[in-house]
Parts: sequence; C-alpha cells; structure tokens
Amino acid sequence: MSQPVAVPDPTKIALESRAKSLLNRPRRRLAATRFSEIGIYVALICCGLFSLLITVSIIGVLLTETTRFFQFDEVTLSNFLGSAEWTPNLGEPKSFGIWGLISGTLLVTGIAMAFALPLGLVTAIYLSEYAPRQIRNFLKPILEVLAGIPTVVYGFFALMTITPFLQWVHEGFNVYNAMSAGLAVGILCFPTVCSLAEDALQSVPKTLRDGALGLGGTRFDATVKVILPAALSGIISAFLLAVARAIGETMIVALAAGSRPQATLDPRNEIQTMTGFMVQMAGGDVSNFGTEYFSMYAVAFTLFLITLALTMMGNVVRGRFRETYE
Amino acid sequence: MANQSTNAIEASNLNAWYGDFQALNSISLQIPKNEVTAFIGPSGCGKSTLLRWFNRMNDTIHSASATGDLRLGDIDLLSSATDVVDLRRRVGIVFQKANPFPKSIFENVAFGPRLHMKLNKTELQDLVEWALRKAAVWEEVKDRLNAPALGLSGGQQQRLCIARAIATGPEILLMDEPCSALDPASTLAIEDLMDELRSQYTIVIVTHNMQQASRCSDKTAFFFEGKVIEFNSTEKIFTTPNAKQTEDYVRGKFG
Ligand SMILES: Nc1ncnc2c1ncn2[C@@H]1O[C@H](COP(=O)(O)OP(=O)(O)OP(=O)(O)O)[C@@H](O)[C@H]1O
Ligand SMILES: [Mg+2]
Repeated sequence: MSQPVAVPDPTKIALESRAKSLLNRPRRRLAATRFSEIGIYVALICCGLFSLLITVSIIGVLLTETTRFFQFDEVTLSNFLGSAEWTPNLGEPKSFGIWGLISGTLLVTGIAMAFALPLGLVTAIYLSEYAPRQIRNFLKPILEVLAGIPTVVYGFFALMTITPFLQWVHEGFNVYNAMSAGLAVGILCFPTVCSLAEDALQSVPKTLRDGALGLGGTRFDATVKVILPAALSGIISAFLLAVARAIGETMIVALAAGSRPQATLDPRNEIQTMTGFMVQMAGGDVSNFGTEYFSMYAVAFTLFLITLALTMMGNVVRGRFRETYE
Repeated sequence: MANQSTNAIEASNLNAWYGDFQALNSISLQIPKNEVTAFIGPSGCGKSTLLRWFNRMNDTIHSASATGDLRLGDIDLLSSATDVVDLRRRVGIVFQKANPFPKSIFENVAFGPRLHMKLNKTELQDLVEWALRKAAVWEEVKDRLNAPALGLSGGQQQRLCIARAIATGPEILLMDEPCSALDPASTLAIEDLMDELRSQYTIVIVTHNMQQASRCSDKTAFFFEGKVIEFNSTEKIFTTPNAKQTEDYVRGKFG
C-alpha cells in the first residue's frame, strides 16, 4: 500500500522488459495442438469402446449359457422363477428355484447393511463434523487400510471368531450361519460407507456450515438440517456401493454362510447365497456339462440383473436428491 | 463504564491472529446501540475478521485466536464459556460471500425462524414475506418461493441472505459488504432497510462504497493493516478526518 512513486524502480523495469520478451515468444502452433487433440480423442474413444466390448461380451456369454440352461428338459422357467427349492446336485428330483439363493443373498446383505450403513454414517458424521482434526487425520487412513484387507481374511474371521462368539451367546446358531457371514460382510463394508460418506460430508462448502451456525444453529442443527441434506446424493452413492459390494461378496459367504440353499429369515440357519453357489460350482468337481453347471450362468445372470436394477434405481434416487451447491 | 448502556459492543486492545499472522492489532472501539456503524478500509485490512469475532464465527477457523477484551453488554465475547449459539441468535451476520442453502427460497428464509420460534404455517409465511420484502427481493421471488435458491442470480442470492438474517430478529446485525453484487436500486433498498432497522437494531456494515458509508452510517471506522486508524462520526470522517491516511482513503487516493 504505497503511494505512487516518482522514481521508477529498476527491478520493475527489468521485469517489465522480461515479460514483454516472454509474451513475444512463438506460440504453440494451433495445427499441432488440434492434431494432438484428435489423437487424445481417438485414444479416449478406444478406451471407451474396449470397456464396452468387455461388458458386451460378458453379457453375451451369460445370455447364451443361460439360454442353454433353459433348454435342458429338467429346467423350466416357471420352476426357476416360482420356486424356492434349489437342489441342483442331489440325486433326487432336481429343482432350480432361484428364490432359495436370492433369499440367502438378501438375508446376508440385509444383516450386513443393518450393521454397516448406520454405523458407517454415524462414524462419518462424527469424523467430519465433530472429531478434532488430529483424530480425523489418524482414523481416516486406518479406515482406508481396513478396506484393503483381502476378503478371505474376513471369511476366516467370521468362521473362527464371530461364529463361536454367536454360538456362545445363543446355542441355536449353526456352524455355518447367515448371521456370522452377514456381520463379516458388514464389517467389510463399514470402512467403504464411512470413508465415502465422510468425503461427501467434507465436500459440502464451509460457507454452508457457517451459514447455519451464523443463524444461531447448533452444530447438530447445521449437520442435520444443512450438511446432511446437501451431501445426501454422495451418501446415497456410498450406500449403494456398499449394497452392491455386499450382494457380490463371495469369499466370506462361501466360507461362513454354508452351502444349503433355503428360503429362511432365521439368521441362525445355514444358507447359501447366489455368489456362494457360483463359487461352489466353479471350484467344485462337477461335470462341465450337467444342468447344475449351466445353472451357474442363470444365477450369474440373475445377479447381474439385480445389480443393474440397483444401479439404475440409485441413479434415479440420486437425481431426485441432488442438491447442488454452486 | 458510564456509557455502557449506549454501546452494543465494546472492544479494547483486541488482537487477533490466524496462526502466526496478526490480522487485528490492538483494536479499541465501541459500537453504539441503535446506530449504523460502517467499517471501511482497503482489502485485507481485517474488517471481516473483526466482524466475525463479534459473533464468534471465527470459532470455525482452527487457526484463529484472539486476546484482549471484547464484550457485548456483560457477555465476554472472547471467553470459551460464552454460549456461542445464544450469542449468534442475538448477533446475526450476513457474510461477504452469499451462501444460500441448497434448499428452496422459502426454506432458506424460514431456516432461522424454524430454529428459534414456534410458528404456525401462516405465521411463518408472513414472516418470510416480511423479510423478503425488507430485503427488496420479494417481487422477484414471490412466484417461485419453492424454487431452489441456487437458481437465483448473484444479487438476488445476496438479498436472500439478508432476508434470512433479519428473519431471525437479531439485536445486532453484522453485514459484510451486503451490496457488493447489487444494482443501484437494490442497494438503495438495502440502505432504506438499514435506516428503518436502526430504531430497533444495531447495525455494523462493511463497505467499499464510500458514498454508501457516508449516506447511511452514523459512525465510521477506518481500518488499515489490522489497526483502526480513525473512528469517528461519519460526517467527520468524510469531511475533516484527523488522519492523513483516512483522508487519502476516503478521497479515493489509495486502496
Ligand atoms: N481463514 C484465514 N486464514 C488465514 N488468514 C486469513 C484468513 N482469513 C483472513 N485472513 C487474513 O487476514 C487478513 C484480514 O482479512 P479480512 O478477511 O478480515 O480482510 P477484509 O478487511 O475483510 O478484506 P476484504 O475487504 O477484501 O474483504 C488478510 O490479510 C487475510 O489474508
Ligand atoms: Mg472482508
């Protein structure tokens, strides 16, 4: 903040002439720029096409193999969609009622989400809005490490620790049970929910927080009435990612949930999920030509449809709740 | 202490820091009750900082700290025991940058009343209308009260934030450059608002508009590099200021 000075500053003059010469430097040739622009464009298109190709071929394989499955005499669509009896490899009359597997998947996912979503969200709110910065900077990386542990470890943890604990609490728990697997999947999803929800809360501009506080709101008012609604779209994304991850989770359920498909709501029971069945088929020594082998593709296709529906639903919900800030 | 009843806020020897950087340097001034006080001074001289200490908005900035004495009546504004929520109900603020919530226009103005008062639907509607009218934005938004506030223009958002602040009925209203994005007509409307409110409220306004300061304030404080260079009646500041720096600034010679 100085007054205009009469004597010109020599360093200023030097800077002035230097800037002039810099501004006279030859510019990047537009033709070259456009050319590389086209190159980048083509490269991006190729990447996009590649992922599209992969997706299409996966769907193609699923579709053809699923069609082959339904061509078997012992398989009918009404049995597949209308029954909960999933008995593909027993000697008895075979039944392919997908609901026996869907219910297992839903039970495990339900237990996992009942654990991971509330806990993850509350932890995220604590970390983002209440925790001192040191605690946050300490806990956040730990959460992210937790999310990187191989799921087989969670599977063994469920089998070796959660199940015995559950059996100690209540005798009715089977060695393989939905509760144990569900809790392990919940623990697996918790860091994902927490970390993503925390990112969503943090991305709400500070000026909105200030606005709520400046009107005489408490920290809780600001969090619940302004920040959470503003971050809702991101939080829903976090939830949906967790649900998708829980539905697709394989290792934990294969280890801890068991392999007896049945439509039950009792979490003490042994069940089998869609992914659990697939890993059993793919890894087991079943013939590659039997109905039970091809049933795997039908299950995979169903799983694909469920996940697709979930994603589309997520987009609709997110669009409705989107509250943009500037 | 004789004039305690006529002063809303009293600062003496107030120093404030952001980390190691001292933003305010031994500030002493009294904000008179039921008057409009203007803060003027070049950018970065600490006007917003002082304003944000008046209702402790600086609590949200980790590096901010202050020493000295700052009181509102018999409340010690620097004490960690002060109930900041109650304080901010009494001392409202319009921020330098318009910050409407990502909600509807109506919900923005109704936010404060919903927090503090129990109103039925029509009472709330009336209060919202009153606030929007006072902030000179009613005519533009009355047909789209349920539209998102972020769809408003910059100047409309600024007036919405003023409406939001007065809808809570604060005793003291702090306004940080409330007219920076407004056209002349809206600016005049906000000045009318201040004129009207001053009978009941105490108003502190930060402005870079010298005409505005001279038009609508009773007292003016000139800030420079974290210090109050001069604090006097507005008339004196703009006609015969004591300090040379003040004179240069109000004549537009620097800053
Ligand atoms: N959050 C912050 N952290 C660090 N320094 C800050 C912060 N806020 C303001 N400052 C510094 O404190 C000084 C005073 O800032 P302040 O916002 O009070 O200025 P001002 O007088 O309101 O300026 P303007 O007229 O541009 O709004 C400036 O030098 C600024 O860089
Ligand atoms: Mg400012």
